[in-house]
Amino acid sequence: MDWDFIAGHVNYWMFIVLMMTGLYIVVSSGNLVKKIVGLNIFQVAVFMLYISIGKITGGTAPIFPSDRQGHLEIDPTIVYSNPLPHVLILTAIVVGVATTSLGLALIIRIREEFDTIESDDLVKIEQQLTSADNKEHGEAMGGMA
Amino acid sequence: MAGTVTPHDAKTLIEQLPILQVLVPFCTAPLIVLIGSRRMAWALAFAAAVISLVISYALLMQVYGGGFISYQLGGWAPPLGIEYRVDAANALVMLLISAIATVTLPFAYESVKDEITSKNHTLFYACFMLCYTGLMGVVITGDAFNVFVFLEISSLSTYVLVAQGAGRDKRALTAAYDYLIMGTIGATFFVIGIGFLFMSTGTLNMADLADRIAEQGTNRTIHAGFAFIVVGMGLKAAMYPLHLWLPKAYTFAPSAVTVFLSATSTKMAIYVILRFMFSIYNPDFIFALNVMFLVFMPLALIAMFSASFVAVFQVNFKRMLAYSSIAQIGYMLLGIAIFNLSGLTGTMVHMFNHGITKALLFMGVGALVLRTGSSFYNNLNGLGRLMPLTVAPIVVGGLSLIGVPGTAGFVSKWMLVQGAFENGWWVVAILIVLSSLLAVVYVWRAIEVLYLTEPAEGAKMAEAPMSMLIPMWILAIACIWFGVATDLPLGAASTAAEVLLSGSFGMVE
Repeated sequence: MDWDFIAGHVNYWMFIVLMMTGLYIVVSSGNLVKKIVGLNIFQVAVFMLYISIGKITGGTAPIFPSDRQGHLEIDPTIVYSNPLPHVLILTAIVVGVATTSLGLALIIRIREEFDTIESDDLVKIEQQLTSADNKEHGEAMGGMA
Repeated sequence: MAGTVTPHDAKTLIEQLPILQVLVPFCTAPLIVLIGSRRMAWALAFAAAVISLVISYALLMQVYGGGFISYQLGGWAPPLGIEYRVDAANALVMLLISAIATVTLPFAYESVKDEITSKNHTLFYACFMLCYTGLMGVVITGDAFNVFVFLEISSLSTYVLVAQGAGRDKRALTAAYDYLIMGTIGATFFVIGIGFLFMSTGTLNMADLADRIAEQGTNRTIHAGFAFIVVGMGLKAAMYPLHLWLPKAYTFAPSAVTVFLSATSTKMAIYVILRFMFSIYNPDFIFALNVMFLVFMPLALIAMFSASFVAVFQVNFKRMLAYSSIAQIGYMLLGIAIFNLSGLTGTMVHMFNHGITKALLFMGVGALVLRTGSSFYNNLNGLGRLMPLTVAPIVVGGLSLIGVPGTAGFVSKWMLVQGAFENGWWVVAILIVLSSLLAVVYVWRAIEVLYLTEPAEGAKMAEAPMSMLIPMWILAIACIWFGVATDLPLGAASTAAEVLLSGSFGMVE
């Protein structure tokens, strides 16, 4: 664990910090929109992890140059970065966008039905509904709900 | 190019079956939206489900005795290209998923009409098909990242399907939202795990991953990847402490959605855990063994008891079944933890048997909801006398859930008990039996309400419509059939367990 190791892995440290920040926001925040934002940060952290994996020191873009006839000029001395993780992350970005939009759409519907997007209030409303259910149906069953 | 003859390598239909399995439902989804007719939507979805059921059966028959089918997408050879790989383990899961979809859709016809606003029907069936595509894709693929992509396809459409319950109870929306948050965290954990695997092996093909891990041994990165994958998939499978989304989602989702999800979605996640644990990580991998013994077994046992215990006190039939599902997932995890041929066979068979049992029970609740508008016990008093044909299959399902001899549930629990005894874990075997007694209590409560209480004064209830009765009776007969003639599920499951335990992804050395 010397300075070079720490400085050389700066993107991994950032990944860990971002990931934990995102996860913390999801868990701790009471506002449904903020939860979605936290989820986004969490996912972006993973993009960073994947992109870091593909990077090779001194590596360039993995495009083989070709001459005018279309023959590839492959030079074995050139180091290329691994394009695969980058491509994978394109898919993950699309998934992230879809999740975010679906989450926001759900929040709009929740706002319409419950008149709030604070999870404390939502929990309270739901507990009232549930205990009303239990009271009504539990007593009818002869129990003490 | 003139003069050169390109080799003709067109494939027969049989060879194309693995890709068709995913493509048929996948293409049906946009087709349903484009045609936009409500009646056609259902017909198309049902046709797609039947076709893929036939394909699943054909695939299972090909790998029934062992071996595997490898399908290269676009002709790119693995490990570089994406590969679909079918062996006994996933063929059995595919058969379960497609069979459940095929019986759920006729059931859904009336149920969806009743529970969902009519302008959403076409989109509902499109989402249903997408969810189905995702589940099939997760199960069939042999590429680790592909699992994530299909997982998200199925998850995103599942959130939409659960939210459709909002017409009846607005809590469906928050249930869907909670599921979205937890499901996404789970899926993202899973991707991180795959990232770690890729980091230390440089490959994503499952078979190739297994080879490289065996070759180079394990390191901290691979261990961390394993932990992330198990936690991520554990969230999806509602493994005990990660199950919080499940009761709400199952209770408030439309009946047809609950039927389908309870029977397929958690089973798919269990399958992925099995696949990663046994096929990618070597089963001798000491780290995995510790995880099984120290993590899976206690959690499975806690789930079996605490969730069953909670189920006993529910006043809502549907919610009771949701808690019972968590307990049943405990049995499947226990089979993994037992870690011998009988235990794993038990897990595979229980996936199959519990799938049909729970689908049957949720269908029963859905049929009662259609007629009475409620799934609370006090609204269901004495319905067994008023609608005997609808309630009788529920009793069969209940017996199978308990594990009464002669029903499907007995076979799988028997395998689990046998596996526990083979390990000398007789305490575990006794606990399996004891937790089944809790199932007796909660199932009896439902039966008591349905048969032994007086129906409301002058109540007249019609039987559920034929489109519901037929799927329910098919599943009820299946519950008994697979409890007596155990060849198909047990044979396939023990082949699957052998494949998994050999740790070689169907490659027989």
